[in-house]
Amino acid sequence: MPQQPLELILLRQLASHLVIPMWMMDEQGNLIFYNESAEGLLGVHFDDVGPINSEQLVGKWQVTQMDGSPLPEYDFPVVVALSKHKPAHRSLRFQGLDGVWRAVEVTALPLEGQDGRFLGVLATFWEVDD
Amino acid sequence: MRALGAEVGNVDKVDVLITHLHMDHIQGLPFFPPLHDPDVWVDVWGPVSSSQSLKERLNRYLSPPLFPVRIRDLESVAFHDVSPGMFDLDGIRVTADLVSHPGPTLGFRLEEDGRALTYLPDHEPALGAHDFPNDSHWTSGYSLARGADVLIHDSQYTDEEYSERVGWGHSSYSHVLGFAGLCGVDRLMTFHHDPAHSDETLDEAHARLQQAARGFEVIPGSQGAAIEV
Repeated sequence: MPQQPLELILLRQLASHLVIPMWMMDEQGNLIFYNESAEGLLGVHFDDVGPINSEQLVGKWQVTQMDGSPLPEYDFPVVVALSKHKPAHRSLRFQGLDGVWRAVEVTALPLEGQDGRFLGVLATFWEVDD
Repeated sequence: MRALGAEVGNVDKVDVLITHLHMDHIQGLPFFPPLHDPDVWVDVWGPVSSSQSLKERLNRYLSPPLFPVRIRDLESVAFHDVSPGMFDLDGIRVTADLVSHPGPTLGFRLEEDGRALTYLPDHEPALGAHDFPNDSHWTSGYSLARGADVLIHDSQYTDEEYSERVGWGHSSYSHVLGFAGLCGVDRLMTFHHDPAHSDETLDEAHARLQQAARGFEVIPGSQGAAIEV
């Protein structure tokens, strides 16, 4: 496996020390890390499932809009940040792998390095009242 | 740099690779004789920034009152902003990548005729690697140093000193040994010694490093040392 870019190495270091749930994807949309706080929301330890490549990631967690109606994948904040290289934010509900549905605010940011290199996406989750 | 410039001899082109712009890495640059010789072309390569060019950033130092000669008065010098990637220097393939050190800092890997030299003078590979030195995928500098014939690497702290300086961008002796082993290098030249360490301290440390190294040779870095790759 090739070495991760330095920016992702340092970002993982930071994320692992914060209590804000954080989710990291590389430039190809592979899930490469989420921190301990995110494990509580996603319902599974990262080491038990990750890393997850982009194909296997599709449908791994069931996601809906806040009213329970379907949320197209292209509207997922992480997909917007990944495909359009723009920040994205929305409220949504998803089912953790522990079977529990949770409502969250998700903010996804594209990660751009020096000289405009696209490195991936960082997403944060904030649990809200359902 | 002054002594090196004198050793360069009768050449018409010199390349200078700068990993980052901390003072201890650029202080000698204006004293490099070829820089002031209009018959020698000098290409200076250094890390790209999102705000200013390499030349603009170096100009802060290479101008009065810090230095009497202005950068604009150097006749035969070009400055190149380097992003992570590869470029060619007269048949030598240079790979540059960002490495763990405060501020944008490059490491370099130079390859020619199947031989590789990696230069990581300021580097803290243990930072960010949760299982150091066992996870190459998440270890800064690995892609540059993997399988290198010679690795010139930061060796600043004793293990005790490092514990008080995590995040300062440098390596402990244990870390440099672990990193060199992870990367599978042939020879490790220790570099960037702590200026507070005496010659006796360094001699003792190197004796321990040479004893502890497995699968590679440890060469104590010293002023003016030359090594054939």
